[in-house]
Amino acid sequence: MAEQISDAIEVREGVDRETVETVQNMGSYKYGWDTEIEMEYAPKGVNEDIVRLISAKNEEPEWMTEWRLQAFRRWQTMTEPKWAMLNYPEINYQDQYYYARPKSMEVKPKSLDEVDPKLLATYEKLGIPLKEQMILAGIEGSGDTPAEGRKVAVDAVFDSVSVGTTFKDELAKAGVIFCSISEAIREHPELVKKYLGSVVPQSDNFFATLNSAVFSDGSFVYIPPGTRCPMELSTYFRINAENTGQFERTLIIADKGSYVSYLEGCTAPKRDVAQLHAAVVEIVILEDAEVKYSTVQNWFPGDEEGKGGIYNFVTKRADCREARAKVMWTQVETGSAITWKYPSCILRGEESQGEFYSIAIANNMQQADTGTKMIHLGKNTRSRIVSKGISAGKAQNTYRGLVSMHPKATNSRNYTQCDSLLIGDQCGAHTVPYIEVKNTSSRVEHEATTSKVDDDQLFYCRARGMDEEEAVALVVNGFCREVLQALPMEFAMEAQSLVAISLEGSVG
Amino acid sequence: MADTAVLAAQTVAAKARPAGTALAARLAELDLPTGGFTRAARADAAARLEAMGLPGARDEYWRYTDPAPFNAPTADALAYTDRESTLFGGIDRLKLVFVDGRFDASASDALEGEGLEITTLAAADAAGDHWAADLYGKLEASGQKPVKRPFAVLNTLAAVDGVLIRVTGKVSRPVHVMYRRVALDADVTVHHVVRLEEGSELTLLETGGIGARSNVAMEVELGREARFHHIASKRADDAKVGIGHVFARVGEGALFKSFTLSVNGSMMRNEGVIEIVGDDAVAHIAAAVLGDGGEGRFHHDDTVFITHAAERCESRQVYKKVLKNGAHGIFQGKILVKPGAQKTDGYQISQGLLLDEGSQFLAKPELEIYADDVKCSHGSTTGALDETAMFYLRSRGVPKEQAVVLLVLSFLADALDEIEDDRLRGDILTRLDEWLTSRASA
Repeated sequence: MAEQISDAIEVREGVDRETVETVQNMGSYKYGWDTEIEMEYAPKGVNEDIVRLISAKNEEPEWMTEWRLQAFRRWQTMTEPKWAMLNYPEINYQDQYYYARPKSMEVKPKSLDEVDPKLLATYEKLGIPLKEQMILAGIEGSGDTPAEGRKVAVDAVFDSVSVGTTFKDELAKAGVIFCSISEAIREHPELVKKYLGSVVPQSDNFFATLNSAVFSDGSFVYIPPGTRCPMELSTYFRINAENTGQFERTLIIADKGSYVSYLEGCTAPKRDVAQLHAAVVEIVILEDAEVKYSTVQNWFPGDEEGKGGIYNFVTKRADCREARAKVMWTQVETGSAITWKYPSCILRGEESQGEFYSIAIANNMQQADTGTKMIHLGKNTRSRIVSKGISAGKAQNTYRGLVSMHPKATNSRNYTQCDSLLIGDQCGAHTVPYIEVKNTSSRVEHEATTSKVDDDQLFYCRARGMDEEEAVALVVNGFCREVLQALPMEFAMEAQSLVAISLEGSVG
Repeated sequence: MADTAVLAAQTVAAKARPAGTALAARLAELDLPTGGFTRAARADAAARLEAMGLPGARDEYWRYTDPAPFNAPTADALAYTDRESTLFGGIDRLKLVFVDGRFDASASDALEGEGLEITTLAAADAAGDHWAADLYGKLEASGQKPVKRPFAVLNTLAAVDGVLIRVTGKVSRPVHVMYRRVALDADVTVHHVVRLEEGSELTLLETGGIGARSNVAMEVELGREARFHHIASKRADDAKVGIGHVFARVGEGALFKSFTLSVNGSMMRNEGVIEIVGDDAVAHIAAAVLGDGGEGRFHHDDTVFITHAAERCESRQVYKKVLKNGAHGIFQGKILVKPGAQKTDGYQISQGLLLDEGSQFLAKPELEIYADDVKCSHGSTTGALDETAMFYLRSRGVPKEQAVVLLVLSFLADALDEIEDDRLRGDILTRLDEWLTSRASA
């Protein structure tokens, strides 16, 4: 529909398409355009042949095909979980494509120079230029940051395939492996075999099992012992094709004493029909290693009436497998019609640490059911949860989390804070924490509050000349600050403006 | 006297479910009353129970408590020394004695009092119409949404006796329901109905051993500006297995307060289902629990559901559990604020104090909020005794055992504060102190 309007306006004299687009981009969802590109699809639906086809397209070895088939057989015996506070029409798993790849990707480009310019332009437009030596906007002038620190290596995933990965060579010099998972399966089978499914097993849950069967691509990271990854790594997921589900799989392994900060972004075009996204992220953290995983999830949320949007069912889990391993999840969830996502930490190693910082914003007809699990298994483990949920319009926003202290996890600590903010009287904010303490020396504290945007704060801002939306955005940014501060700088800027954009139209 | 409605429902039930299911086995052991004024409610309960069945171990609402002991067709026999409850002995009150779940008129005071209309369920049900027909099974039924409570339905279906109280004025003398039991395997189902008319006031006390297995339901309706105080105390060997439900509907400007003290008992589940339907009403529900797993299994589950369906109301949930020797304490609490229930002030605190390894505190404190101008919060903490406070007391010469007693009492204080009446609170505190001190030296 947006396209029709823009076409109609274009006829007018003196108004070119670019202006129209600029105006449109000022609206709530600025990544809603699509790329016209020739695509190649697998037949609709999912069955063993499709699973084999996806495996063949990725030129996978036999063991991987078998692994997928095993998952698929398991999936057929499972039923979709219904416990989340989410309301959506029945998903027809046979009425969508499980594999879509730009035609130009049929022959894998050897380097970024060979990639279809249309694809490169897509990412350029998304603000993710797939060029090396790039410096992200918004952080110029931070004088004390060494030039190298600003580099971000990107793995760009377009529908079902990875388009390209930047800075591969430079990373390789440090011993870091950063490539698409399909490439890793071919090039580093020993690592993939050892770790794939070791954090999120094939049979983990309905959506993860489906992912295990049909994942088409995703990113793979291995940081060797004692290595501090020389730059931030990131994956950018773009859904473009219609009626296509995206199933990506990410596997990150931080070997002993290593460190990596990983960013994830995602967008999709505006479409009337809802699309499925079921990803799995597995992180393995060994002794003394640390991983920071930050997400800005900005899938198309559907229109104001709740038409279209991405159904986002994601399983993310980090396993602090050895002593003093550390993981930090930070997420800014502004998009998706449906969000079902619980990034978790298994604190197995002694003195390991897990942190979860989340901002979840649901506006219009969006529904989010998200939170985390902190599973304390090792002694002296620590975890911290800070969750900020914001509901506006007719949206429903639920925090759902588990803190579990096993009998052997003595002297462990957890602190949880979940705050909800309601904007308008048509929305809902819910908190469903599970707290299970099975030893006496651990301490668990949980706090939750629900409130509305403070009138006094609004009045203060209004009195200083801000319009109401600006004022709300500022108050909301203040409400979220603990989480925003936990984000890497590149993301913090984007997240701050996203918070404001996501709430546009929610006031008045 | 055969009742067609009940029989019809039971026949449907029998046909719909293959013989030998848990529910069929459970019902087979019960001597179901046909009922007088409760006839329709019992028939309705039979049909509802048939539709929902008994809970299973995988039921989300039974995540932390295995329903098996409540599902079992019969109760296990439990050795027990019958003794009269001495709690609240110094307070002028109206005593109603139930032995193995049946009213004992000879041991009780006369069923009369100023501003009170009291009768028993068994007596009233033998006759025809009764004011309690408007409430019996009705609040229970409306408390089944959104979560099923099959044992409350079972109670409506199977209750033999109970007390029906209509309060028309300010009753200064508390009504004291005292349970006693004689049979070792007494499987008791009791159902109380209380209606507080506009502006009336009542304090209801409950103490004593109900049965080897007990299922107690209470339905309370509070009219405009009514005030209801409920104080229950459950002792060490009062019940081996017990489930209780309190269903309350709180009217405009009314005040509902319930406090339960539990010192042992092996398998307890107390559900509080409170619906605030009138503006400016207040509802508080609190419990202090002391669990010692050493004397056998200790498992204590408090499950609370408070619904705000009116404006400017206040609710409080205060749950404190002290656990040792492998005791399990459970808290599942929920505040539901319906659309339009603006200016709601909802608060919930659940705390577990684990005195040694092996004990567990499992909590699920939930908020579900559909109105924006509200102030709702919950907190939950679990941990050991505060070492700094302990050190402070010890360094001032307080013996360790006594220091523990002091710290436990201070931990429980917030829950005890929910008892408004000083004398009643004093009695509860004395009982607690005695219990703790006797344990400390043991």
